[in-house]
Amino acid sequence: MLWDLGSVLMFMVTSLVIIGITLLIAKLFRRDNPTEEKLTSYECGEDPVGNPWVQFNIRFYVVALIFLIFEVEIVFLYPWATVFKEMGFFTFVEMMIFVGILLVGYAYVWVKGDLNWVLPKPKYTADFDYSNVPRFKKPDAEKARKLQAVE
Amino acid sequence: MPDLKTEEMVVQMGPQHPATHGVLRLEITTDGEIVKKIDPHIGYLHRCFEKHCEVLNYHQIIPFVDRCDYLAAMNNEHGYVMAVEKLLDIELPPRVEYIRVIMSELNRIASHLVALGTFGLDIGAITPFLFTFRDREKILDLFEMTSGARLLYNYIWIGGVAFDLPNGFVEKCFEFIDYFLPKLKEYDDLLSYNKIFIARTAKVAIIPPAVAIEWGITGPNLRASGVDWDLRRDEPYSIYDKFDWDVIVADGRVGVLGDSWSRYYVRVLEMEQSANIVKQALEGLPSDENVKSAVPRKVKTKEGSVFFRSENPRGELGFYIISDGSDIPHRLKMRSPAFCNLSAISDIGEGLLISDLVALLGSIDIVLGEIDR
Amino acid sequence: MLTDIAIIITKIMIVIGGTFTAVAYLILAERKVAGFVQERYGPNRVGIWGLLQPIADGVKTMLKEDITPAKANRIIYHLAPAMVLAPALVTFAVVPFGSGIDAFGRHIAFQIADINIGILFIFAITSIGVYGVVLGGWSSNNKYSLLGGVRSSAQMISYELALGLSVVGILLLTGSLRLNDIVEAQIGMWNVFRQPVAFMIFLVAVFAETNRLPFDLAESEQELIAGYHIEYSGFKYSMFMLGEYSNIITASALIVTLFFGGWTVPFIDVTKLGHLGAFLSVVSFAVKTGFFLFLYLWVRWTLPRFRYDQLMHLGWKILLPLALLNLLFTAAWITYV
Repeated sequence: MLWDLGSVLMFMVTSLVIIGITLLIAKLFRRDNPTEEKLTSYECGEDPVGNPWVQFNIRFYVVALIFLIFEVEIVFLYPWATVFKEMGFFTFVEMMIFVGILLVGYAYVWVKGDLNWVLPKPKYTADFDYSNVPRFKKPDAEKARKLQAVE
Repeated sequence: MPDLKTEEMVVQMGPQHPATHGVLRLEITTDGEIVKKIDPHIGYLHRCFEKHCEVLNYHQIIPFVDRCDYLAAMNNEHGYVMAVEKLLDIELPPRVEYIRVIMSELNRIASHLVALGTFGLDIGAITPFLFTFRDREKILDLFEMTSGARLLYNYIWIGGVAFDLPNGFVEKCFEFIDYFLPKLKEYDDLLSYNKIFIARTAKVAIIPPAVAIEWGITGPNLRASGVDWDLRRDEPYSIYDKFDWDVIVADGRVGVLGDSWSRYYVRVLEMEQSANIVKQALEGLPSDENVKSAVPRKVKTKEGSVFFRSENPRGELGFYIISDGSDIPHRLKMRSPAFCNLSAISDIGEGLLISDLVALLGSIDIVLGEIDR
Repeated sequence: MLTDIAIIITKIMIVIGGTFTAVAYLILAERKVAGFVQERYGPNRVGIWGLLQPIADGVKTMLKEDITPAKANRIIYHLAPAMVLAPALVTFAVVPFGSGIDAFGRHIAFQIADINIGILFIFAITSIGVYGVVLGGWSSNNKYSLLGGVRSSAQMISYELALGLSVVGILLLTGSLRLNDIVEAQIGMWNVFRQPVAFMIFLVAVFAETNRLPFDLAESEQELIAGYHIEYSGFKYSMFMLGEYSNIITASALIVTLFFGGWTVPFIDVTKLGHLGAFLSVVSFAVKTGFFLFLYLWVRWTLPRFRYDQLMHLGWKILLPLALLNLLFTAAWITYV
């Protein structure tokens, strides 16, 4: 076992060394002629406005927290799974309870809507009023449904 | 947790951006991935088209009209030439009208093919783009056969066309129509009814019909919002009233009216109608006549002004010409459809995700050459 | 002892060399498959059928100027590509790619390290790759790359649970985390027939893991231009690419190992055939892996891209419940049947 882990380490070291060597070779041969223009950040050919390192709301904090909890659950599931065959019915019930508790939490989060992405609200939505739009052709609902069924 | 502290970021989208279809710059203010405000900047391709027209005679303007909307040069020529003919009161030989309709509708198909392909590309489907270009290539071959050019034709002249149809054109064109109509099914299979594609485009970036009319959106984008309006039928010009075809209006069969998917699919169905028109025009093509019999040697206009609009693949293309009686227009104004369509995005794009903004921009099908002129 | 070390080093060299060659030709294959799908040729200028193209590409990226943006966070900016590439290579250490031979008086397994927590090791190491992407995106000091990095983390929390849970069913059947045990348990019956649902979940999750279309949100070309690696150039850029493609190879190898019997050959017991058996097992492994590599390319050139809230929906509301149900069902099946 130790021997195997040692070979993994050796593998890591070798791959890092190879990466390093290639970078070094590349450094020896490549041209290096930085100018001020080249060193600016690429923003579609325009000068960048403001700093990208601002704090913005990434809108998935809650999901990330739930992710952590479930990830830990999986860590518990792995050893359980490996010994499951030998332990039999008792471990099954045990793990059902464990997973069950988490499932309740999962259902709660789902119903509460925290799994939904905090979606933006576009200015125009589907429920528009077309009563006084000239030459507006009302979609034939029956026909549309039929077409949808075909697809 | 929507009440967390959040700072806004100004992102420049374009001019060097793969989704802006040319050199459009959108200055978008974003909150993370959500677009708060869009500020379109145009003019990177400005070539003083309208000013040029004030020093060129009516014949010489045609190549410049080509270069406005380079994806639908035939339609542009057709529109411009008809405006001048209205000013001159020229009677056309029927064969010329037929040839013009065939060319315009073929170019409409070619233009829609580019629109569909690039829209798929914006959504991340790379292969449909090459498939549409493969088919567009066949149309360009037909154009090369007739006019000698593949992109900018200078083919439709005032009072006629530059050359008569070459030998074998009619057969090749029939061949193309027979080849092309089954290909529409292929696009449906590959892209239109792809689950991911529908998820990305249906119910995204909705333009309600009233808003579309307010902003002056025309063409397929207007019809995608459910407004039944097509100049070819409602203000019939050329010989469109002789053919049997339908105006395609979206029916919200996937998603809702006015969403990106409808705008995409209206174009797919419109290609089918255009192919039908071409087929009928080829069948009814009058036999040999001199296609240049009505071409005036020197354009002599009356004093006055004329406005003429026609249906371009992107919408209503209008030409307003003020003439002072010489062979050079005193003033020429072009109402470019893509410009009007684009102007709506700052209103409609508000509050979308960046991914949806790309879908909106792709689905309204802009050509920067025409917007900047 | 010395022989053992020599053998290990040989194996490492073979695996690294093999991976690099495979990556280079996978990139060529990608372009060829793309050409095939799109009715065009693909590269055919450098060498016959473009076979020397990877070498030309490699030399080209080595000679390209390497630009570090003035405003970037330099240390992290330089480290990020290595953080993507190194884990991508190292994961292959525990994948058994053949049955092994008897030579030099000992059994040589075709596997660099036969550790008893193989699957855990793979999941642990591949997760590090995400840090490379996120940090690379952040340190470039570019708005697009920052958005790419954020998307990458959003993606990670969406698929990783389903990925982890889908494998538990197999562990229940096998009772071991060692990849070799899992492979040997599949002699006669591949796991894909015992755990079809788990296979589907794993396949989708692994596509998301490798940042490939339809899940290439972090670099989505048409939205974020190149996403997290927008500022990288020269060899650092190609390190991201090498990392991505070695991840694909590892992922395909993992699919084969977990669900398609790894190096086993259907209807033949290769362990009893000596050297010929060892050869056959490697061939079998390579063919199966090759099929999934092709699947990767095929999917990329066929499907459009998801939006990232849709990926989150897919991961949390479809794949996760499915994986949990599959797990419960498997456990109940083992207990009662």
